[in-house]
Amino acid sequence: MPYRAEKPGQRPSADELRARIPGWGADLDPKDRPAVPKERFDPAASGAHWDFPERQPEKWPRERSIEHQTLPPVFGTSAPPKGLSGALRKLAYRKYSEGRAAHWLILIAADRVDAVESHLRSFATLRPDNPITETGVLSEFSNKGLSSRTGSKRADVNHQWLDPVIVAGPWLLAGGAAVAILRTLTNRRR
Amino acid sequence: MVYRGPYKVRVEEKDMPAIEHPNDAIVKVQRAAICGSDLHLYHGMMPGTRVGMTFGHEFIGVVEQVGPSVQNLKPGDRVMVPFNVYCGSCYFCARGLYSNCHNVNPNATAVGGIYGYSHTCGGYDGGQAEFVRVPFADVGPSIIPDGIDDDDALLMTDALATGYFGAQLGDIVEGDTVAVFGAGPVGLFAAKSAWLMGAGRVIVIDHLEYRLEKARSFAHAETVNFAEHDDVVVHMKKTTDYLGADVAIDAVGAEADGNFLQHVTGAKLKLQGGSPVALNWAIDSVRKGGTISVMGAYGPIFSAVKFGDAVNKGLTLRMNQCPVKRQWPRLFEHIRNGYLKPSDIITHRIPLEHIAEGYHIFSAKLDNCIKPVIVPNAG
Repeated sequence: MPYRAEKPGQRPSADELRARIPGWGADLDPKDRPAVPKERFDPAASGAHWDFPERQPEKWPRERSIEHQTLPPVFGTSAPPKGLSGALRKLAYRKYSEGRAAHWLILIAADRVDAVESHLRSFATLRPDNPITETGVLSEFSNKGLSSRTGSKRADVNHQWLDPVIVAGPWLLAGGAAVAILRTLTNRRR
Repeated sequence: MVYRGPYKVRVEEKDMPAIEHPNDAIVKVQRAAICGSDLHLYHGMMPGTRVGMTFGHEFIGVVEQVGPSVQNLKPGDRVMVPFNVYCGSCYFCARGLYSNCHNVNPNATAVGGIYGYSHTCGGYDGGQAEFVRVPFADVGPSIIPDGIDDDDALLMTDALATGYFGAQLGDIVEGDTVAVFGAGPVGLFAAKSAWLMGAGRVIVIDHLEYRLEKARSFAHAETVNFAEHDDVVVHMKKTTDYLGADVAIDAVGAEADGNFLQHVTGAKLKLQGGSPVALNWAIDSVRKGGTISVMGAYGPIFSAVKFGDAVNKGLTLRMNQCPVKRQWPRLFEHIRNGYLKPSDIITHRIPLEHIAEGYHIFSAKLDNCIKPVIVPNAG
């Protein structure tokens, strides 16, 4: 019990642990641990052969945190901002630092707008979004969807029903709104 | 693969990645893995996850092309690529903090660059693809050494290195009781690594029985299924003679289960940077004066963490994204000595064409899935 000075409980000896666990104690000495000490000044260790890297060409005005003094020399070019979501992203980067909740909440909102814009855009292509294939939900039938969730206590089954709501909910709401608008317009014409 | 919005991915033809900087390489991917933290992207939790991005920060492959300033690699080299994108020369890299590089991420100063991990981590496409751009080819990637097989090399690019790093941040001393929250890949490797550092007891906590079975067989750990206890903190106190664990490792992160309100507000409604259930349990389960190592990934928004308890208990909280390449020389030794066999945790191999199913299986924890590996060109 922790109410007295000695550490409570019994522990197996080092020899017992060494016999049972492969490699037990191999890194007992912190000197053998590569993350110790946390900071180790050794600029030559990384293999870099530059003091400051050459700059990658900036092919469009690259959005950046206002906590950066300047644009870092290398960056990803995966998905340039576009559309309404892009405007929101540029606003978040231009106006708010990483320390502001508004910065992140606008970026999260932009992600949702991006998803809607991209879904709508896909309907104008030969490959529209397909929620059945893109969610991989058919693997429920091929990979033990039911038996994986039954027979033992899983803490996540109490909220998994929310997942389809998150995926399909906005579309159902949008569809319902479209039907309501159409009905209203039809009734007015009558 | 490309992201199409929350819970949706598909395979698309994209432009071949190009050399954009003189020290870039293009790598033809041989194997990639889906990481538990990829699920945060997949579920739309990470700000700056744009439609059209390719995920994947765990991959190995063959060098296809190199930029004009690359000295250490040539086409045809088989390489393992750490998940960190880093320059090797900034203030932080010069001190070994490769995961905190300041020269690779315009979008945020609080995090370095990570392949395929949203624009908040630099906007780089990832390796769940046929080809990937690898910046700073003279710094990040390493040629896969003789005696290290491809699956082991793949798991060293993140999961094993991160678990091993997490155990180190616990500052374990001989005889310590180490509680590991989460029996996913990082938790399993952290538990296994805790023994290397001299732990006297290792206890792994999860709610998925098949993963706890793996923790017993693979990591020689005691296990606790928190779904079978009304209050897992009280159970942890009882099992440590009411002292608490000396060290606790959070290997769960943003989508922790165990508290409906925390999970829904964090993981579903995105009103927090993540559901900090595991971190709060770690704070409450560790002894006063103990150490907590946080390896679980969280988003940049605030989370409802019990800092009052952490202060009052005098805890040491340690955390970082793993500087992967720093861990490799010692991990190579442990693998060669037979202490670690990382590929033992791989449960699924999925052709790239079926990646949507792979994400669903991993996300919904179907079919006893622990670690899915993606194989491009599998057909």
